[in-house]
Order: sequence, then C-alpha cells, then structure tokens
Amino acid sequence: MIDSSSHTFNSAQSPAAMNTQATFNTGIYGKRKKQNLFGLLLSTLAMTIGLSFLLWILGLLLYKGFSVLSLDLFINKTPGPESDGGGLSNAILGSMMIVGSCTLISTPIGVMAGIYLSEFGKNSPFASVTRFLNDIMLSAPSIVIGLFVYALVVVNAKHFSGWAGTLALSLIAIPVIVRTTENMLNLVPVTLREAAFALGAPKWKVSTSIVLKAAQSGVMTGILLALARISGETAPLLFTALNNPFMSFNMNAPMANLPSVIFQFAMSPYQNWVDLAWAGALLITLAVLGLNILARVYFRNKVAL
Amino acid sequence: MSITETPVKTQQKNILQARNLNFFYGNFHSLKDINLDIQENSVTAFIGPSGCGKSTLLRTFNRMYDLYPGQRATGEINFQGQNILDSNQDLNLLRARIGMVFQKPTPFPMSIYDNIAFGVRLYENLSRSDMDDRVEWALQKAAIWAEVKDKLSQSGLSLSGGQQQRLCIARGIAVKPSILLLDEPTSALDPISTGKVEELVSTLKSEYTVVIVTHNMQQAARVSDYTAYMYLGDLVEFGDTEQVFFKPKRKETEDYITGRFG
Repeated sequence: MIDSSSHTFNSAQSPAAMNTQATFNTGIYGKRKKQNLFGLLLSTLAMTIGLSFLLWILGLLLYKGFSVLSLDLFINKTPGPESDGGGLSNAILGSMMIVGSCTLISTPIGVMAGIYLSEFGKNSPFASVTRFLNDIMLSAPSIVIGLFVYALVVVNAKHFSGWAGTLALSLIAIPVIVRTTENMLNLVPVTLREAAFALGAPKWKVSTSIVLKAAQSGVMTGILLALARISGETAPLLFTALNNPFMSFNMNAPMANLPSVIFQFAMSPYQNWVDLAWAGALLITLAVLGLNILARVYFRNKVAL
Repeated sequence: MSITETPVKTQQKNILQARNLNFFYGNFHSLKDINLDIQENSVTAFIGPSGCGKSTLLRTFNRMYDLYPGQRATGEINFQGQNILDSNQDLNLLRARIGMVFQKPTPFPMSIYDNIAFGVRLYENLSRSDMDDRVEWALQKAAIWAEVKDKLSQSGLSLSGGQQQRLCIARGIAVKPSILLLDEPTSALDPISTGKVEELVSTLKSEYTVVIVTHNMQQAARVSDYTAYMYLGDLVEFGDTEQVFFKPKRKETEDYITGRFG
C-alpha cells in the first residue's frame, strides 16, 4: 500500500522537476555565485586577520624566547636586581608544585561531582542548582577568585603561601573538570548502563566500573584541558602564592611561579629580567601546547563505544 | 516444537505469572490487563507490530523500567513466590536472577574475560581457577569460545557485531539466572550471526527459561515453544507456537501472521 502510493507521488513529481530544468534561469544562478564569492572573500579575510595576529604573537614569543633558552634556565634561580644571568628553576619548580597539587585536589572532587550530576542528581533541584553555580564559576573572572582566596586564606594566615595559590587554581580547575566529566558521561549510551543494571549491578558499581570507564578518555581530556587553563593563570597567584626569589619547597610560604615571575620581570628595567620573562612565557606556552596535544590524543577515542 | 513435544510441555510448571498487569508511561496506558504464564525451560516469543508493548512487557519482568521516573506498573508478576512489582523487591538480586540481553550488542569497555567475570564477581567470590572455568563455560554455552579463546585479554569492543552479541549472551548466562530475557537480540545482526544466536536460544532452554521479543515472525516460529501476539498494549493471543501460527484462534492474529495487517 505504502509502496504504491509513494510511487505515484514520485511520478507526479517528476514532470514538475523537468519543468524547472527547462526554465533554468542563468541570471539568478550567476547572482548567487557572486554572493557566494563575496561571502567567501569576507570569511577568508576574517580568518587571515585572526590568524596573522596569532602567528605574530607566537612568532615573537618563539623568537624572543628561544634566543634566551638555555640549560642555565633550569639550573639557576631567578636573579636579584642588577645581578647578571640567572634562571627560572625556582619558578619552574614552584609552578609544577602548585599545579601538581592542584591536580591532585581538583581531579577527584571534579570527577566525583561530574558523576553525581550525570548519574545521580540528573534533573533534581539540587543538581540543577549545582550545575547553574558551576557554570557561573566556569566563567568567573580569575582575579575575583584570587581576591576571594586572598580574603579567606592569606588575610587570616597573615602570609602568602603556595597552598593559597593551589586553592585558588583548584577553584578555577574544578568547574572545568565537573563540566567536561558530566558531558562525557552523558555521551555514554543508556543501553550500556541498562546492560550493566541487567546483570544485577548496583548503581555505584555501574557508575564507576562501566560508565566512567567507558568515558575515561573524555574525562582525562577534561582534566588535561583544565590543567592547561590553570598553568597560565596569573591574577589568582599574584594574590595568593605571590613570588619568592629563593628556591623553596615549602608550600606554606610564598612560592615562586612562572606567571608571577613573568609579570614582575617583563616590566622591569633590567635586560636579563626581561629576557627571562620571555623564556618563561615560552615555557608556559609550550607546556600548554603539550597538554592540548595530549588532550587531543586522548579525545580521539573519547567514548569506547 | 513438533506436536509430539506438546504433552511434555504441559507437565512443566509456570516459572513466572503475570496477573492483571498494567503499565503506564506517564499517562499513557501501554499494557492493558496482561495475564500470562511463562513455562519453565521453554522459549516464549512475543510478537506484534512496533509499539504494541512487547518490549515494555519484557522490561517489566526485571523491572528495567524502574530506572526511569514516570514509568510504573500495576498488578502482579509472580516469580519464586514473590511479586516482582513489590516496592520492597531487591532489584539488584532480581536482575541477577532474571537476566536480559538487548537489541544492540553492549560489550563493556573491558577485556572479553572481564566482560564475563564482571557480573559473576557481583554475587560470587570465586577463586581464579573457578572463575576461569566459569568464563570458559559461559563462552562455550554461547558458542563463541572457539573464536575468542586465544584473545580473552583483548577488549570486548574488538569483536564483530555478531560476536559481541554472543558475548553479551554469555555474560548474561555466566551469572546463572533462572530466566533470560532477550529483547530483539538479532535485529542488528547479519543472517549468519542470527542463525548462530537462534541455535543458541534452542540449546539454552534445557537449562534456562528464555523469553524473546522479535520482529521476525519466522524467527519466532523457529525458536519458540510458546508465542504471544500483542497489539496496542493488549495480549491478543497466547498459546503453543504451533497453534498460534497454524491455527490462530483470533482473526487479528491470523491477519498479522499472514501479513494482511499493517
């Protein structure tokens, strides 16, 4: 029945289609081609402008940074005013310690919150409010978060510290991890969850052993992108970790870190400081680039289904 | 399925009884007063056009619908002296006793071995060698052992669609449920894989009770002992497969089976 009716519909349609072919209007077609060309030109122009600025920044960074890149950078600590040479070893160490401990703190919290939102809370009022607040945190200016931790921790402890920096960066990283974890878990097909439930698996087991496992590359990508985001953050660290001209492993004291050193050195009158700032900027950019490449490699197989 | 088997079947006992079963998706009344007995160690097929409620009926047997708010069932489904629909029913235990295999193959993102062992580990504490035996047993039962025995540590996702579906059946068998529910298990498979799964279903009934939902009427005729024809949420006819296909009591069943319908 359906077959024959659709057939008649088609045969009724075809003479009409041939009519349009016969009255083919080259004028309209030519006009549309011109419009297309115009649009293409505009978008190419826009792309060129955007890309050239990006390449300019990157080129300048590579040129200035590589010219001062040397092994000394990783061995010597930041130089004092009016002293020669020097390196960034204390800042590199400080950045790694702060970002590293931030990863250890924000990964479990962010992933667990993401699991809650995707698997347990779903559309409940509490989950919706959490999701809304998380989205606000996601776009909160980092300087606000820096000030918040300053008022909360630094003022009360009466000193700047690496821990305060870690806290500020964690507050920036957690919303990113929560968001991506939830999104990745939502990509896992509902049939996979049902299959696990059908074996008699309790909910927590389904969430952790099956759903999280299926989405692990995607979740990993989110963590790496959050790391990339925080490794360049400067404002929150200026209020919290501050800086430290000496090599220090003490997270409870002011701590050197690349963004703060760049901030301080780039605007200084000393040429070797300015050079070191360029080198530091290059190091951060390369680290972020590396993290992004790693994230892309992971994301290639985001959901194992 | 031959007529000579019929007297044997009548001696078997009911393992599952649905009484006045109604089901609602929100306000939509999708199963209407279903009364049905599932015989132990037999294959029962549910057939009917799309949307008739056959999958819905299957999903009430292990309360899969419970995962979704807004879906509810009323009436009784008696299994091992209990009403499955009771609110105090332990759903995890219930689902371990009444297993389910789905339309699309759903291997877990882990090794073939762990795919089987996952369900077993939930309820049994087996030694390594006992677990090895159980995994081999389940894969043998599902007629896939020969194909995977040399790559048990490979991901279950590396298998072909038909192999994945047999892996999923093996996974369901491994926990030794009393009833195995199959929801259109071959609709995503090619004819050769379909044939293998059908053979498997026929051998499974010596130890399990199988309930299968299918769109393929030849399949229902080939594998099942009993057939239920459903339409728009009603159980129109239920009986011996032989009788339903060759001497249907209801005009609607005959129309559907002979293709004069829909």
